[in-house]
Amino acid sequence: MKTKLFSYSQLDTFIHRLSGLTKLICFLLLTSSVMLTFDIRIIFGIMILSIILFRIAKVEFKKVKLMFIYVFIFLITNFFLTFLFEPLYGVEIYGTCHELFRISNRYIVTLEQLFYQFTKFSKYLSVIPLGLIFFFTTNPSEFASSLNNVGVSYRACSAVSLTLRYFPDVQRDYHTISLAQQARGVEMSNKEKVLKRLKNMSNILIPLIFSTLDRVELITNAMDLRGYGKHSKRTWYSYRKLNKNDYLSITICALILLFTLYMRFFVTKSLFYNPFI
Amino acid sequence: MKKSLFSTKTIVATGLGGALFMVLFMFVKVPSPIPETNLQIAYGISAFFGLLFGPIAGGLIAFIGHALSDFLSYGSPWWSWVVASGVAGAIGGMAYLKSKTDIEQGEFDFKSFIIWNVIANAVAWVIVAPVLDIVIYAEPVNLVFTQGIVAFIMDAIVVIVVGGALAFAYAKTKTKEGSLSKK
Repeated sequence: MKTKLFSYSQLDTFIHRLSGLTKLICFLLLTSSVMLTFDIRIIFGIMILSIILFRIAKVEFKKVKLMFIYVFIFLITNFFLTFLFEPLYGVEIYGTCHELFRISNRYIVTLEQLFYQFTKFSKYLSVIPLGLIFFFTTNPSEFASSLNNVGVSYRACSAVSLTLRYFPDVQRDYHTISLAQQARGVEMSNKEKVLKRLKNMSNILIPLIFSTLDRVELITNAMDLRGYGKHSKRTWYSYRKLNKNDYLSITICALILLFTLYMRFFVTKSLFYNPFI
Repeated sequence: MKKSLFSTKTIVATGLGGALFMVLFMFVKVPSPIPETNLQIAYGISAFFGLLFGPIAGGLIAFIGHALSDFLSYGSPWWSWVVASGVAGAIGGMAYLKSKTDIEQGEFDFKSFIIWNVIANAVAWVIVAPVLDIVIYAEPVNLVFTQGIVAFIMDAIVVIVVGGALAFAYAKTKTKEGSLSKK
């Protein structure tokens, strides 16, 4: 329960010096390139790039170890589920069939299937460092201003920054209420049956929600009194001007995306890179 | 009361609702028999806030909450499901506009709440999420539709039970205008 989140640390690296807007744009460009391709060469390229950036940003691995374990469990489950549901999907995609061995008539292990699943695996894995870099090196209060600068309505941006601001508070409230209820004998651990736990859950939920609604009232009044939302535009205190490095980074990421699209539409001419022909 | 879609109150409710959604999404998971899917109490929150503050609030709460909690727990959001969450929240929030009674007056229109949220979850999990999974991640068709249908059934149940219970509790705290009479 006690997780230290948003371990944004003020360091002085190349990535920390970039503006939040740049990091957001680069993150979106790179993740879209990964999304738009199934070419393992590009995916590996981006994966290596993201690992290098991870080094440059000096994100400590021990801070994110647990997260990687979760992701691995998730990906491995996905790996087996894919095989369970569509054991011959790779054959369908790549059009050839290199059989390795048979488990049963339906479950045949083929090179194509392994290649497809391995590509998918690396596809998910390659974007994870990018997300982490983005979160670990961007000041939370700069995040909303960057969102606004890529064209998201400032009202939605305020909502995002309120979410980031109040997440720890709500988490603390939840914890307090949960302990208070447990002290009264409400069982929350998995010793209790699922349905009873759901019911016990609502004992925590109702006070939590009503205290949140009270807080909504309070913050709304505070914001209204300060004239929030009077004009159609807002400026941001934490906004930083873009400099040379920012433009350079954006250009590189945009080129990567263009290269991906070029490969997809002119070289491989399909979503998939096919080494079997 | 005039129903406004994007007042200061809506924004604040979206922000705090998003935080609540995140907390529940990350820490309160009741595992279901199907792997990769949990009974997510959090969807009850987005449906409840959608009912109180409208489709924009409902949609943004689910979208922001889901995206940020994915960021924190997986490093990068699984966009297809994040978008689907947003769609579910937004359509579910239509109950705010279409309710025949006003919940602020202490009368909760449970029927329209159920109808809109069932539609919302069906569209989100059976259509949006699997289609995006196939388009973005080239997941196998059978797998994503099975997951989608399971997610639809579980989320619809959670939304109706949890969201409904919250709405009834909320309605009890409100009194109808002019419900007092002089003797």
